[in-house]
Amino acid sequence: MGMTLGEKIIARAAGVDEVNPNDIHTVTLDRMMSNDGTTHLTVDMYNNQLKHPRIADNKKVVFIMDHNVPAENPKTAEAHKKMRNFAKENDIVLYEGQGVCHQIMMEDFVCPGELIFGADSHTTTYGALGAFGTGVGCTDFLYAMTTGASWVMVPETLRFNLHGKLREGVYARDLILTIIGDIGANGANYKIMEFAGDGAHNLSINERIVLCNLTVEAGAKAGIVEPDEKVVEYCKAHGREAVYMFQSDDDATFAAVYEYDLSKIEPVVVRPDFVDNFALLKDVKQEKIAIDEAFVGSCNNGRIEELRAAADVVKGKKVHPNVRFIVAPASKSVYIQALDEGVITTLMEAGAMVMNANCSVCWGSCQGVIGENEVLISTGTRNFKGRAGHPSSKVYLSNAAVAAASAIAGYITDEV
Amino acid sequence: MNVIKSFLLADSYTVVCINNNMEGITLSDNHVWKFHNDVDTDQIIASQYLLLPDIEAMKGYTFESLDPTFAKKVQPGDLVVAGENFGSGAAREQAPSVLKALGIKAVIAKSFARIFYRNSINIGLPVIVCKELYDNVEDGGQAELDLSAGTVTVGEQVFSCTKLPEYMQNILNAGGLIASLNKEDA
Repeated sequence: MGMTLGEKIIARAAGVDEVNPNDIHTVTLDRMMSNDGTTHLTVDMYNNQLKHPRIADNKKVVFIMDHNVPAENPKTAEAHKKMRNFAKENDIVLYEGQGVCHQIMMEDFVCPGELIFGADSHTTTYGALGAFGTGVGCTDFLYAMTTGASWVMVPETLRFNLHGKLREGVYARDLILTIIGDIGANGANYKIMEFAGDGAHNLSINERIVLCNLTVEAGAKAGIVEPDEKVVEYCKAHGREAVYMFQSDDDATFAAVYEYDLSKIEPVVVRPDFVDNFALLKDVKQEKIAIDEAFVGSCNNGRIEELRAAADVVKGKKVHPNVRFIVAPASKSVYIQALDEGVITTLMEAGAMVMNANCSVCWGSCQGVIGENEVLISTGTRNFKGRAGHPSSKVYLSNAAVAAASAIAGYITDEV
Repeated sequence: MNVIKSFLLADSYTVVCINNNMEGITLSDNHVWKFHNDVDTDQIIASQYLLLPDIEAMKGYTFESLDPTFAKKVQPGDLVVAGENFGSGAAREQAPSVLKALGIKAVIAKSFARIFYRNSINIGLPVIVCKELYDNVEDGGQAELDLSAGTVTVGEQVFSCTKLPEYMQNILNAGGLIASLNKEDA
């Protein structure tokens, strides 16, 4: 019986020839990532609850501070201190102020075929390079860090065959928001979303990151694009070698198969308060929904491609006087590239506030928090009630070009 | 006649309950807090509280956006009942942890988002899939959960719950993943 791409990754990590959906296997993890959203709790558990505190292999562990960076109050500063000291004492690599955890993992660590636990839901991102990344809580992370292993229930796989190319002005973000709108916020719960077909291979690594990153918003355990030559090149350019290039067997079993013609995808605006609250931009823009803030950034949409798209829209124009326009590059290397290309200058001349590389507005606790009844258009990952600030505030999700155009116009639109 | 029973929950703490029903092990007077579909972990505990020093400091903000009085009114032994996809969104383990810290006995939903589900078992919070309960109990009503029998009773109606896979049940029975690890390390 054939296996899917995701099943093959689990089989390799479990050291077995074959796995089947709903089997439970003990797996050796290739890598574990934790950020400042929960690491202070992990450290407390490590120090206070473990009978035999130990770290199986500190070279597989990565700590990244990205959620509240730099610290915005003394309590956060203490949580950061705890994380920093633990990393130092245990010789764990620590990134601070270098960018959003998933972007750093893509740039510096992820290899195809790996099984990676991250103490953050958007760990699904790593499927862009053909890896199985899945989000876990801090107890799972602690167990994995201590033993080097964990247990995994093999998920069923949903196969998405993508065809053709996205039209000009349509982005991978519109594609994944369309798919989530179609299958719903739990449409892939406990499942792998696998992307293949000529349309998948036409996507750049950046576009694949956008796609896989948001699969968790449909409930997926992992989102994986069938790896190809672009993955090999990306790894090579970042000093790594692609070894385990799995793909699904012809006779693999999928729980469902979906077909998407990329040329038919249109720009999307997701309404509050659920990521599957899908609408088309062409309809939403008729309503001229006034905004108070626009955000371009996040692990989903803060790379050079999105910053360029935003800069192209705002070039020579001014941010609307009623709007705060906040931009946060996803990593330091993205930031430097944007500086070199003049993208940051363009954005700042238009009136954008460009922040350090971090989770920023998407996380709703550190920068650009919105007040009572305020409206945000965001390239962040989620639009849940109160996600970006006050519980009465509203978050709309769009691509970077629409967020930037809305910052200029003062209402949700792509026309400036 | 009142019968006092000790009931061992999965996280190893003992709940003593007074029950008027001599038949079966049940916990009585379990207040139901009912929530909608797709309750995400941002609603359970919002981002701005996650870096507080510990769960005790966070628990007072549980469900703040949906019901600001929840944390004050909830009593140990109460049940959270929800529709589909409970606990979607962020991986934050603080979400099941604050529910457990407030003494929530179990979360009973039509379905759960996977990270929340796994986190709950890891920390020893019973999470129970029951398709029928949601449409048959009112917010503020009462339901009796019998963990060992895998049933929930509302008045005269008895609903069965989906069983956990044995592997996960063992983690829950051990008192969570860390207790389970400490047992392996013993």
